[in-house]
Order: sequence, then C-alpha cells, then structure tokens
Amino acid sequence: MDIQFTSEDLAFQKEVRAFFSENVTDEIRRGYTGGEVDPAIMVKWQKILHKQGWVAPNWPADIGGTGWTITQKYIFENECAESGAPSVIPFGLKMVAPVIYTFGSDEQKKRFLPDILESNVWWCQGYSEPGAGSDLAALQTKAELDGDHYVVNGQKIWTTYAQDADWIFCLVRTSSEGKRQAGISFLLIDMKTPGVEVRKIDTIDNQHTLNEVFFDNVRVPVENRIGEENKGWTYAKVLLTHERTAIAGVAQSKKGIQKLREFAAQEKVGAGVLADDPLFAAKIAKVEIDLMALEYTELRAIASVSAGGAPGPESSILKIRGTEIQQAVSELTIEACGHYAHVINDGEAIGNDMSWVASAKYLYGRASTIYGGSNEVQKNIIAKMVLGL
Amino acid sequence: MNFDFSEEQTLLKDSVAKFIQNEYSYEARQKNSQSDIGYSEQNWSTFAELGWLCVPFTEEQGGIGGGPVEMMIMMEEFGKGLVVEPYFSSVVLSGSLLAKAGNESQQAELITGIIDGSKKITFAYNESQARFDLHNVVTKAEKNDQGYVINGNKSIVLHGASADLLIVSVRTAGEPLDNDGITLMLVPASADGVSIKATRTLDGQRAAEVQFTNVQVDSDALLGEEGNAALVIDQVADEAMLALCAEAVGSMEKLYKDTVAYTKERKQFGVAISGFQALQHRMVDMFTAHEQCKSLLLRAVLSYAAGDADVAKNIAALKYQVGVSGQKVAHEAVQIHGGMGMTDEMSVGMYLKRINMINTLFGNADYHLQRFTDLSAA
Repeated sequence: MDIQFTSEDLAFQKEVRAFFSENVTDEIRRGYTGGEVDPAIMVKWQKILHKQGWVAPNWPADIGGTGWTITQKYIFENECAESGAPSVIPFGLKMVAPVIYTFGSDEQKKRFLPDILESNVWWCQGYSEPGAGSDLAALQTKAELDGDHYVVNGQKIWTTYAQDADWIFCLVRTSSEGKRQAGISFLLIDMKTPGVEVRKIDTIDNQHTLNEVFFDNVRVPVENRIGEENKGWTYAKVLLTHERTAIAGVAQSKKGIQKLREFAAQEKVGAGVLADDPLFAAKIAKVEIDLMALEYTELRAIASVSAGGAPGPESSILKIRGTEIQQAVSELTIEACGHYAHVINDGEAIGNDMSWVASAKYLYGRASTIYGGSNEVQKNIIAKMVLGL
Repeated sequence: MNFDFSEEQTLLKDSVAKFIQNEYSYEARQKNSQSDIGYSEQNWSTFAELGWLCVPFTEEQGGIGGGPVEMMIMMEEFGKGLVVEPYFSSVVLSGSLLAKAGNESQQAELITGIIDGSKKITFAYNESQARFDLHNVVTKAEKNDQGYVINGNKSIVLHGASADLLIVSVRTAGEPLDNDGITLMLVPASADGVSIKATRTLDGQRAAEVQFTNVQVDSDALLGEEGNAALVIDQVADEAMLALCAEAVGSMEKLYKDTVAYTKERKQFGVAISGFQALQHRMVDMFTAHEQCKSLLLRAVLSYAAGDADVAKNIAALKYQVGVSGQKVAHEAVQIHGGMGMTDEMSVGMYLKRINMINTLFGNADYHLQRFTDLSAA
C-alpha cells in the first residue's frame, strides 16, 4: 500500500500548478460560473489549453492526447479546480470525440477531430427525448434512408448549450425490429441543416442551458453515421465508461467547501460569525467527511485502473455520491448567503458575487442527480451489476 | 499509488479469513460468548500459535513489526466473525501501551506474556463521570514510602474480570480535567483492595466495573513517566479507534452481503424479495455506506502509517462516519430481514449490538464530529 505521489508526479503537479496560475485570469474564471457558460471565454480558454497540448488528456497521445498516467490526469483535474478554471465543455472533447476516434472512419476522424481539438466547432448531445429519459432505449426520433441520406424526424430534449452548438451527435432509431437497443444508430448532424430548430426551455435557475431540438425532414448524409447502422447503442455505451474518473467532481466540491468556509468565517451573526455557529459548523463537517470518503473511493478506483484492472465496484458509487455531495455543498452555500441567495442578478442587483453564483449553482445543480442516468437508475445498475439482485 | 496488500499481508488476511470461515460459525461464537470467561481459551491458544498475538510488536519485542495496515487487516476479518476473544483489549490496547511506555524489563515480561498467550492484560481507562474524555481522570494514586496508593473507580473495563493485570490511568497531580498529571500504573487484578464486578455487554462480550480501595503498589508499578501519560494514551486511542473502525467495517461488509443473500432466498407474494426495487435501493445504500467507510478507513490508516499532519482529522472523520453509517447499515439489515432480523437465531441483531458498542467506545459519532469541527477551526 502506497498512496504517496512519486517524485515525477510531484514535479508534474508543480508544472501544472504553474501553468494554471499563469493562465487562469478572472476573465477565464467567468467562463463558467455554475450552469450558464460564456461561449467566447470558454473558446478562448480551451484554445489556451490546446496551445499547451492539454485540452484533451484522455485522447490517445498520437492524435492530440497527453499520454498522461491516470494519476497525472487526477492531478490535472485537481489543480484545474483549485485554480478556479472552468472544466472544458465536455460534449465535443470528452463525449463525441472518443466515439469518433474509436469507431469512426479515417475520413470522419480527419474531418471532425482537428476542429474539436482546436475548439473551432461547438457540439451538443442529442440523446434524451420527451418519452425517453432514464429509459433511453425508448427513443423514437426516426432516421429513414433515402438514397445517400437519412431523413430525420423527431425531437430531442434537455439539450445543453444547443443554442450555441454547430453540430449535434444523436442517437436515432433506424429500425424498430428486434430488441429496442439493436435499432439505434449514431448520427452527426450539422445544426445549420434545414429543418433543425432549437427552442429554449425556461428553467428554474433563470439561465439558458437547456433546449428542445426539433428535426423536421432533416437530410443527413449517410457518411455522417458513425460505425454500422443499428450499432449506435453499443458505441454510446462505450462512451459512458470513458469519463469515470472525473465524474465525482471531488476537486470542485473541495473548492466549494473551501469557499464556503471562507465565506462563513466573514458572514456576521450577532457578535460573531456564521462559521462559529455549531449547527452550521456540524453541517459543513458532515459534507466534508462525506467528501473525504469519496476522494478515497475515487483514488481506489483510479489505483485499480492504473494497475491495468477494471474499476472495482466502489467506482460505481462515484456518480451517486459525487452529485449528492455537490448538491449538499450548494445547499449549504445558499443557506450561508441568507437573504441575498434569493436575489436575481440582473446587472443592477443587490447582493454579492457569492450569492449570485450560489443560487445559480444550487438551482442548476438540482439537475446533477437527474442527468447522465438519474441516481435512481444508477442504483438499479449497482443492484444488478454489483449486488447481483 | 496502489492499495494492494503485500504478499505477507495477503497471507495474514487469508489466514485470519480462513479461521473465521472454518472455526467461527455464529453458533460457535455464541457458545464461546456464553462460557464463563466469555470466550474460548482454545481459540486464544490458536491465536498465539498462529502468531496473531505478536503482530504489532517489533522484532526486538518478539513480534513481526506489523503496523496499522496489518492491524486493519486482522480487525476487519475479526469484525466479519464477531470475534469475542480479547484481542482488542489485550493486544491492541495493552500491547500498544506497553510497547510505547514500558521499560525493558516490563516489556520483556509482559509483552512476552501477551505474545505467548500466558498473560491477559487490559486497560482500565474509563470513568463514569468522564463520558468520552480520556483525560478526565479522578482515580487517584498518592505516593508513599512503598510506592503508590490507588483509590477510585474504573468503568467498562473490557474483559476486566478475566485479566491478570490491569493498566490503570490514574491522577498523580492536577485537577480532574487536566492533561498533565495523568499516570499509568500496572495493577495485578489480585492485589488487595481491587474489587472487580463482572458484567456482560449486549454485544456478547465482557466488561467490568473495577474499584480500587487503598490499593498499595510498588514504585515499579509505574508504566512510563509519572504525570505524562496523556500523550501515550492519546496515541493508543488513535490506534484503538483505527482497530475498532476496521472491525466495524468488516461487520458492515458481512451485514450487507448477508442481507443481499437473504433477500434472494426469502419469498413473498410468490417471488424472491430481492426483486423489489424498494429493497434493492436500500441495499445499494448499505453497500455504498460500507464502501465510503472503507475509504475513510484506508485514508486514516495510511495517514497514520505515514505520520501525516492531518491524521487526527482523518481519524475523527472515520470514527464519526463509522458510528453513523454502521448503525444505518445494521438497522437496515434488521429491517430487510423482517421478523427474522429480530431473532437470536440470525446473527444480524448481534452485529447491530456490536456496531453500537463500537460507536460508543472511544467516543461516539457526535463526539468525533465535534472533534472534527474543532480541528477544522484550528
């Protein structure tokens, strides 16, 4: 047993820390404040990362990845959160790219990957539908072959950042025979194609993150299909296992607790400060202890992956506990901010930086236990795969 | 970075696991628990023969130089079997006190006695007014010509009635809550003025209330420096908490696995109840609670082994979470076992009672949450 970083890891940490401290400005930090993003800032930040060669740590090294060990990736994520830098927008770099470089043709790799790496093209994800949420295989959006095109009809929903997206990767139904999962294909669709319409969904957090995307006789070239027809479900599933290490958001939650403690140490209550309130202090302590446990659960998963094994059963709880802890931190932050947590930030607002961000994060954060497979679905998966129930 | 055991550690784990599997059925455990002394002398000899009693001691002391990882490995397996033999009180508590504070001749005699199984020693640290504060010591030792005279009471002395020798924390100076002025004394259980009232505890183990009335001991009864025992006691308490939490984590693993297995066999409404989602999610929560406690255990054990600065916080976090999650897992296990969970026939209830005892020993969840909060503010 050994949990110490090697001297190479420590040198790497120093290098990463120096890079972040030099490049992460207040402007960059404003790129993502908990829900809504500023696309211009995010592109600028991702281009800085790309210039350094660090925008896609998970990609194979020969096509733009870093070749880092899993421990180095862990260090990078931690330092990123510590610096307050936004994580990269995942849809292109972390979600569609692995599918393209794993299952795409050489032609598709050449066509799409460079623009993703350079953040020239903004992607969004077309999975969920009004009738297919946790039960994703129930999706109905249809793609029918017509010569060398698919004709796509249907609707996607909960499409994050679709309003800024150039392209969407979609799961569409190409067959209604056999098992539902066996009739799904993976299509890349240019958002400028006639018949694609994006409508904003008004959400409780007063931000614009979620959309509906409608497809009305949208003609998509067959060459935009990844891999084989009706195999899309398999490709999408592989994608889900790609991002296991960062899913818990440990580094972000750690930063959140640190900020919360700093805030509570200044927020006046009577003659003292909020941090001295034993009830509040106990609440922070409980969340912090949960997070200390999760951090080691994540390290255990990382260690088994870096030893060449598959993540152990403990890794399956990362999403559930990670999102629960993120929500708990955001709930406490709201509580700490008191009245100002309830003020809408419309430019002239009263309040403070902490409270505006707090309410946005809190409200948007309710989605974290719903998206990516709701936590109840995650429990079904653990019940089946781990406990054999 | 790796969490793998070394070859020796794996052998140790396998050896204890095999013993629990083959020799420690719940029925056998109950039989031993209900015997006069509350455990099996034969098992204790086996522990000695298998070399388990020497694990934490250095080679000079006659041991194998095992550290907190080895202790964790053994205690986790003991927790799965609900072991009643006095390993915790004799080896973990007393052994560690002697190893840290004993002089050469004390170590030569007493550690050797622990290792070969001939000496049963326990640590009388607790007093009824102290609740969980190990420095709240009222029992007094006053110097006289022959050594010291001890007066006072110690409560819930683990395996106190079967011990030959008591290590007693006494006050030789200062006020009841002072850190300074606490001293450790070696007191034979047979000494004049020592009165031991045995009691059984709900978890099927044994404890005693011990009264000291003008107990005369020689000056060589002193273990370590006079008046400076607080630090040693705190160090031993850290090791004690790591060991108890490892035991509880072993018990939690057994509980969630037994519960899963039970639901696959138990049929209601014509089907195995394991298919009910309401129960599945609760069992997933049990599994998650166990994994999270195991993570905190590894965190605390490895930071203790490395001597990290945040070790106190890690141990407080662990003891808190094991207290809360241990109870949660045990309560759920009883609930999901239904009426059978209420019976003595099944072991779940006994795990529940042991987990409650562990929560209380060396400070319960609230106590350690407060400690964690204090350490965070510091």
